[in-house]
Amino acid sequence: MSSLLEAYAAVAGEDIIRHLRQLSAPLQGRSVVHVNSTRLGGGVAEILHKLVPLSRELGIDTHWEVISGDADFYECTKQMHNALQGSRIQIPDRLLQHYEEVNEQNAARLRPLLEDADFVVIHDPQPAALLRHCPNRGGQWVWRCHIDASRPQRHVWRFLERHVRAFDASIFSLPQFTRALPHPEYIIAPSIDPLSDKNIDLPQEEIDAIYHRFELDPESPIIAQISRYDRFKDPVGVVEAFRMARRFVPRLQLVLAGGTATDDPEGDAVLAEVREASDNDPHIRILTLPPDAHRGINALQRAAHIVLQKSTREGFGLTVTEAMWKGKPVIGGDTGGIRLQVSNYHTGFLVNTPEGAALRIRYLLQAPEKIQHMGDNARELVRENFLLTRQLRDYLTLMVGLHHRAADRIDLV
Amino acid sequence: MNGPGFEHAPPAAPFRFRDCALIPIASGRRASSLKELRDHLVQSGRDTLYYHFWGALLQPRFEEREYHNDFAAWVHHAVRDDVLAEQLAMVDPDEYDDVEELRLVILEYIDQRLEDTPFLEWIPATQVFEFIHAQIVVFDAGLEAGDYRDLVGHIPRMPLSSVFYHFVDARRRTPDRTDDFSAWLAGFDHEHQELVDALADIDPYFNTLSELRDQLGALFRRHFGEGVA
Repeated sequence: MSSLLEAYAAVAGEDIIRHLRQLSAPLQGRSVVHVNSTRLGGGVAEILHKLVPLSRELGIDTHWEVISGDADFYECTKQMHNALQGSRIQIPDRLLQHYEEVNEQNAARLRPLLEDADFVVIHDPQPAALLRHCPNRGGQWVWRCHIDASRPQRHVWRFLERHVRAFDASIFSLPQFTRALPHPEYIIAPSIDPLSDKNIDLPQEEIDAIYHRFELDPESPIIAQISRYDRFKDPVGVVEAFRMARRFVPRLQLVLAGGTATDDPEGDAVLAEVREASDNDPHIRILTLPPDAHRGINALQRAAHIVLQKSTREGFGLTVTEAMWKGKPVIGGDTGGIRLQVSNYHTGFLVNTPEGAALRIRYLLQAPEKIQHMGDNARELVRENFLLTRQLRDYLTLMVGLHHRAADRIDLV
Repeated sequence: MNGPGFEHAPPAAPFRFRDCALIPIASGRRASSLKELRDHLVQSGRDTLYYHFWGALLQPRFEEREYHNDFAAWVHHAVRDDVLAEQLAMVDPDEYDDVEELRLVILEYIDQRLEDTPFLEWIPATQVFEFIHAQIVVFDAGLEAGDYRDLVGHIPRMPLSSVFYHFVDARRRTPDRTDDFSAWLAGFDHEHQELVDALADIDPYFNTLSELRDQLGALFRRHFGEGVA
């Protein structure tokens, strides 16, 4: 067995690696090209950095191409991203026109590779217009939508739909994120990379250092929410829940940690609200961490007894997955992909209010054995369902399915 | 049932372990009320019914097997009508020769409930029901049991998706709607009827796949002798 597959087998289990080998057998020699808009930063790039070499080890001729654009293009795609998630934004026609032009320029560069590929996976809206500039494409094209586009701004969706409806299939993270499109819409949950800095096992001294660094008492219980300062993540609700729970658990400590959000004016406003709500409480740590603080976040999640993700609206909720992988029960908002991961009394609790969160914090902290038990369940659920290797297995299944023209039962035996 | 006689039992064809991967596909149909669920059920494909009764066993969840098909669970959680949830939970898909019969049974329960409780027609569900179907890819698991000794040894090592294929999915593939192990044991001319009966007693809908694997392993070990594996 080759080294990368071996490394994943050690954490994800041998079964899934056998699955990958068996599913990749009919795809030997086939070519796959993934296209996105950045090689650094963001969840898509993080996953592709591992998915591509793993696919190659399995004998699939896999490439990863990145489109390039200028400031106006990225301004357009950023607005497009926000509009698809429901923000009320009117993108100027000038920028939409520029989006088309940049895709056309990139298509001129990538056309030979894309038209020859057996499968092309286009990630998110940025490169979606490449397809119309590859008229002689021989393979199957799949649009992978990583965002919750269930309630988009209509005019932006209409613009994008003209491009994506021509694909052979699309992939969404949850059924509720899908849009009406004239091709099969596969459901593939996102995943975390267990070998990345954010999720890899840490030496105990690195976790212990967190207590000193953030002035936390290692002898007292810690609850943490590690998430962007965003109203939909309800950090103020977490502070309220903490205050209620602390009346019953006087030594309780709260850590709120999120990105610095320098390019997000609303993020700064929410951070200010959280600071005001915390009122300089010495038991609350409000941290702004740089985007590359992966090991620090990892250590914080591991230092916490319980992790919260009290979102009122959520996409899939990979921060929940990360916490569960570290063996932590999660108290999460009853919304989006959190529902798929958090199961009451098994891996944590779903809540709707600060009161609900406070109640569950009290419940868990008076029963350490339940914290341990639910944490073990949580890690196992992630191992079986939400690791990178499962996502790769789903991609391979999809490709085998497309190769067989979407028959509902495909027998490779 | 145990004894040296099995060592000389005539071999059936080897039991070839298979495995599967299942990938869900959104149908685009969504129900926000019981009435909408009913209307979509009329038109949903066979694969959709299959997925919501059987396929979902392979999806991530900590099963509360109280409501072990997606329709019953949704009626309980999102419509909050436990009368109908209980009725739908007791629908056993293995009882019906044809998916169309199964569909009619579900519709009959829903129609009756809508007739008895008209307000259910218009109250909105707290969560949308998403109709899903799935593509299933079947492949060789790379394990073969030439005789029962091999079988007893291999069962604890089966991937969970292989357990699903042989013990759950088999019920829509085999003529008697049974599992693949029972079908294979039938090749021994009733010699292992006691084991076949014990397998029939396992209700796959109230277990996780790992629990099913443990139960299968225990039954085979007990039947063929603890020392076989």
